[in-house]
Amino acid sequence: MSSRDRILSKLKAKMPSTVAALPDVTGWFATHRVVESAADKASRFRACIELAHAEVHAVTPANWLTTLREILRTKGLDKILVSEETTHGCAVLDEFPAHGIDCQVYDMAIEAWKTEMFNATPASLTAARAAIAETGTLILWPDAAEPRLMSLVPPVHFVLLDASKIYNTFFEAMQTEGWANGLPTNALLISGPSKTADIQQTLAYGAHGPKELVVLLLTEDAQ
Amino acid sequence: MSEHILEFKPAEGFRARSKAVVDNPFLRQSFRGAMDFLMSKRAAQFPDAEELESLRTLGERIRQYNLAKLPTLLEQLEAKLTQNGIQVHWAETPDEANAIILGICHARHAKLMVKGKSMVSEEIELNHAAEAAGIGALESDMGEYIVQLANEKPSHIIMPAIHKTKEEIARLFADKVEGVDYTDNVDALIQIGRNVLRQKFLEADIGLSGVNFAVAETGTLCLVENEGNGRMCTTAPPVHIAVTGIEKIVEKLEHIPPLLSLLTRSATGQNISTYFNMISSPRLAGEKDGPGEVHLVLLDNGRSQAYADEQLRKTLQCIRCGACMNHCPVYTRIGGHAYGTTYPGPIGKIISPHMLGLEATSSMATASSLCGACGEVCPVKIPIPELLMRLREEAFTAPHANPAMVGQGAGYSWLMTSVWKGWAAVYRSPSLYGVATWLGSRFSWLMPSKQGAWTSVRVPLKPAPRRLRDMLRERG
Repeated sequence: MSSRDRILSKLKAKMPSTVAALPDVTGWFATHRVVESAADKASRFRACIELAHAEVHAVTPANWLTTLREILRTKGLDKILVSEETTHGCAVLDEFPAHGIDCQVYDMAIEAWKTEMFNATPASLTAARAAIAETGTLILWPDAAEPRLMSLVPPVHFVLLDASKIYNTFFEAMQTEGWANGLPTNALLISGPSKTADIQQTLAYGAHGPKELVVLLLTEDAQ
Repeated sequence: MSEHILEFKPAEGFRARSKAVVDNPFLRQSFRGAMDFLMSKRAAQFPDAEELESLRTLGERIRQYNLAKLPTLLEQLEAKLTQNGIQVHWAETPDEANAIILGICHARHAKLMVKGKSMVSEEIELNHAAEAAGIGALESDMGEYIVQLANEKPSHIIMPAIHKTKEEIARLFADKVEGVDYTDNVDALIQIGRNVLRQKFLEADIGLSGVNFAVAETGTLCLVENEGNGRMCTTAPPVHIAVTGIEKIVEKLEHIPPLLSLLTRSATGQNISTYFNMISSPRLAGEKDGPGEVHLVLLDNGRSQAYADEQLRKTLQCIRCGACMNHCPVYTRIGGHAYGTTYPGPIGKIISPHMLGLEATSSMATASSLCGACGEVCPVKIPIPELLMRLREEAFTAPHANPAMVGQGAGYSWLMTSVWKGWAAVYRSPSLYGVATWLGSRFSWLMPSKQGAWTSVRVPLKPAPRRLRDMLRERG
């Protein structure tokens, strides 16, 4: 008998005969969490993620590139990692080099350029799939175009978020998008820059992941 | 790198270690301050008592629902993970879990393993096993990195280095990290750790992590963290090995949001952690990063013993938030190391006997005032005080056939049991009580002046020269 079979048979021998009722998660959220308007969700999202030390800039389709360039200049960054397979990545690739900003692309498997990713990639730009107002959380589903390390290794991470994609709660996000039917290789919730309070409960940012998280909150009209 | 400092023999050293901490005002101050900080952070997250109570009830129901179906869910999880390309391994004992993990390392000719925070890896003492096998095992959570540098073990399941001051950490870094000068600036210290560990994430052959929740219906491993080291360990190296206890499983993805909310708010008083990392497969064709191999090691190590008993099964509801230790008057005074077990505090007292047997842990359940704070703050309503009472009974009643636990009766003493039986008989019978108190009042001069632990800090007990019933009778 294998360890697997021994563990399972021990558990099965003592499994309760009566099945407990399925917990009513939907009911709890319906009675304990508010459903807000788009504007309220955006401002709640913003307030929460700012409290977690993220920087938020309201932008429009017309001005987000200029805003991003301005922030890069203010932070003294002259290099950014983007995807050449997304429209926002291509927009940066089209415009930034002419302004003296070096654009790196994630065009090959990490093994070919791991050292460069870790040592010479100061910033990156990815999109967020959606966000959560309740906790000030970005939802990212990294994929072949914007791989997992893009939102983790560079010290400054810029995220483009469409303000119309903010859910009230994590529960609402997974229910509405049908996550239970299938998840990607890696799904991420990100709620601020990397941090730790492991030394004498003193909060410090930039533990292992990005030191700065900059959200470009995209709405049709400037707020 | 680290040597074995604490042995799992709490029954032998528990008192001495507790006394050493109680006698150290600096350590006591540091625990008191840290616990006050964590308690107030948690309280600020739950301003609405009704919301807290209903969420705890929901959390309890979710955990009990999933435990009731545990073997079925484990099979479902295994099938789903396998379908997703994640390899599943089963271990009954710590040795078996280590052998599986080191086997995977050897197959890859691995030299360096970077570790995200995992209490199960502490439970199986993976670091020692890895070093004995010639594989470097490096902790990457800042707190864990600090305690590993100091050749110590974590003293808290959420904040491993909570017993250290920043000055101690500053001296440690200056002594142990190459090219580092003394600084007690916390930001500078964190940057030192960041720089050392970034290089290791880049070089490591294996990334090891724990699991906070495993979702059966989707085949997903969930990790909760703030630093990003958990994401590094599960993304940068070519192989990811996750290790977890068999109880951390939920059937449905929708069970995650309530548990996640309870966990982060109860543990560190955050409405959510910085990262919530959900892993459902190794790198797929066309993807450019992530490990090509992902393994999950499922560990029993006594959990099936707890499962077998309806009351003791509640121990397995735990989501490892650490709120019980933050609110425990005993933990606050003696800290995590005194327990000598991987899991300290109230949860440690109720889970360790299943892992180590009651012989080694019989005194743990007695180190409680039964004040009930742990049960009151537990986010999944584990009745910890009731379980402590149950473990006292298991440890101190005479050994009998078919015990619910290994080591049942380990603390049994014929003399002590007889004394209590006699005491009970006297208090049940008015005539016996009358005789006993009459004798007591007449022969009180026979009471010894040294009465064991009682007189170590108190004046000796002495029956009054006259009985209450006599005095009342006189009064009419």
